[in-house]
Amino acid sequence: METLASYSPALPEIALAIGAMALLMLGVFREDTARNGVSVGWLSVVLMAVVALLVGWGGAERVELFDGAYVSDAFSRFAKILILAAAAASLILGFGYFERAKIMKFEIPVVVLLSTIGMFMMVSANDLISLYLGLELMSLALYVLAAVRRDSLRSSESGLKYFVLGALSSGMLLYGASLIYGFTGTTSFTALAEALKDGSGAQNVGLVVGLVFLLVGLAFKISAVPFHMWTPDVYEGAPTPVTAFFAGAPKVAAVALLLRVLHDAFPGMLFQWQQIIVFLSVASMLLGSFAAIGQTSIKRLLAFSSIANVGFILIGLAAGTEYGVSSVLIYLAIYVVMTLGSFAVVLAMRRKDEMDETIQSLAGLSQTNLPMAVAFAALLFSMAGIPPLAGFFAKFYVFDAAIKAGLTPLVIVGALASVVGAFYYLRVVKIMFFDEPADKFSPAEPGVRWVMGLSAALVIFYVVYPLPLLDAANAAARALVP
Amino acid sequence: MTIGLAHYLTVAACLFTLGILGIFLNRKNVIVILMSVELMLLAVNVNLVAFSAYLGDITGQIFALFILTVAAAEAAIGLAIIVVYYRNRGSIAVEDINMMKG
Repeated sequence: METLASYSPALPEIALAIGAMALLMLGVFREDTARNGVSVGWLSVVLMAVVALLVGWGGAERVELFDGAYVSDAFSRFAKILILAAAAASLILGFGYFERAKIMKFEIPVVVLLSTIGMFMMVSANDLISLYLGLELMSLALYVLAAVRRDSLRSSESGLKYFVLGALSSGMLLYGASLIYGFTGTTSFTALAEALKDGSGAQNVGLVVGLVFLLVGLAFKISAVPFHMWTPDVYEGAPTPVTAFFAGAPKVAAVALLLRVLHDAFPGMLFQWQQIIVFLSVASMLLGSFAAIGQTSIKRLLAFSSIANVGFILIGLAAGTEYGVSSVLIYLAIYVVMTLGSFAVVLAMRRKDEMDETIQSLAGLSQTNLPMAVAFAALLFSMAGIPPLAGFFAKFYVFDAAIKAGLTPLVIVGALASVVGAFYYLRVVKIMFFDEPADKFSPAEPGVRWVMGLSAALVIFYVVYPLPLLDAANAAARALVP
Repeated sequence: MTIGLAHYLTVAACLFTLGILGIFLNRKNVIVILMSVELMLLAVNVNLVAFSAYLGDITGQIFALFILTVAAAEAAIGLAIIVVYYRNRGSIAVEDINMMKG
């Protein structure tokens, strides 16, 4: 019996969708001023907080809805909370920037909300069709966001590049989905897992080709090498708060989707997808680490850093175990905190109304603005994986999971790549603390200071009380890998 | 000769490859890239409908309808971005998209 109450596990998505449309109406019918944009923005943050409560209140047991196309469990709950936190933080980061650029339109928070709904659908997808619809809802909103500074050539160029490569990746993903459907006769993850339980998938060439295409499409979305070429350009060209959003929430959603597809639909083909994931992981770690060395723009540096981080995340995924899944989730949570903190620093790099995004402009920051220099140094040390900061534990868990799964060579490559990574992170620290001071930055607005301080505090003090994150990640992993 | 599943799959594979080549080998115009993307999506639709008829299962046709809808939205957004880009750059030639390296 389907009653209205039986749809309550989908309440977060329903609330987000109705809220986004209500805010759109509110924005349209009020006078078009920057104040209007900011108030719609803060209302969106409030809406996200309410939705986070709904997600938390929703219960952790596995419920399938809409004929098995939608699933809600502890895993989707974990990913959704993370997505909401990342999206809300990047909205808060953006208010000051967009107001100064005179583009604080109410549409920006609404588009962010719409792409958040897409991400929710991705992490709750239990069918190839709902996977595709969620992914497209997210991507279409992201293309618009990249080009949102429409008077800027860089922003519109990054939007165009993102659109072309994103559309190409959706095409690949769809072609893979069509082959998987054709060679198994079903699009439901549950039915796929059931059909492939006996290991018959490996002989089914069409199915293997379909799986490869599907993985290529998803690798584009998480910007794993060799499908990363859009990342540095889009990160550099898009407005900085939008870049912060790109680096956080969509990465979480796409990695969660990858976990869900591989562990829920293709557990019987572990041997096939493991090789692909190992290759993507090695390539991403090495290219991300080496290509970041020569960068002069801090945004491009962070783009390559996010590519390298995706490589580390894929190590945990390649393990293919429950421990591997929980290590990936822990890494994702810590990565989101570090990334948002770093982008808060980038947003604070402003003299009068000019953004200065070169690494050299950070010179001697410790003498002009010590708190900001200390916060950024903590975030960089954490990304380099130096104990006792949070980034060390993130790397430790994925390495540990891979060793337990017998992937020691992969871990050795990972350790080497993180040494190379440490070089360019520490170079920035050296520039901040030991070089001749450059001009002072203008004071950052409160939202940026809060995000920066909070994320620095989280990476420093994670070691004191790590249990809540560990417990949540373990519960989520248990829900995914039975 | 009867036309079977394999023929449809071959046509779809050819169309899909043409679409990908159109994106990578095209040096002229961004609109052509947009057309190539459509070609890829339509190749997928041919695949899905052929499988659906072959398997006697309706899911593939439902999937194809969803793809058609999303492709329309995608084309709308793509054209909008191209218009914004043209206003800034005064050209939509592929070789002019070079502000940032990569």
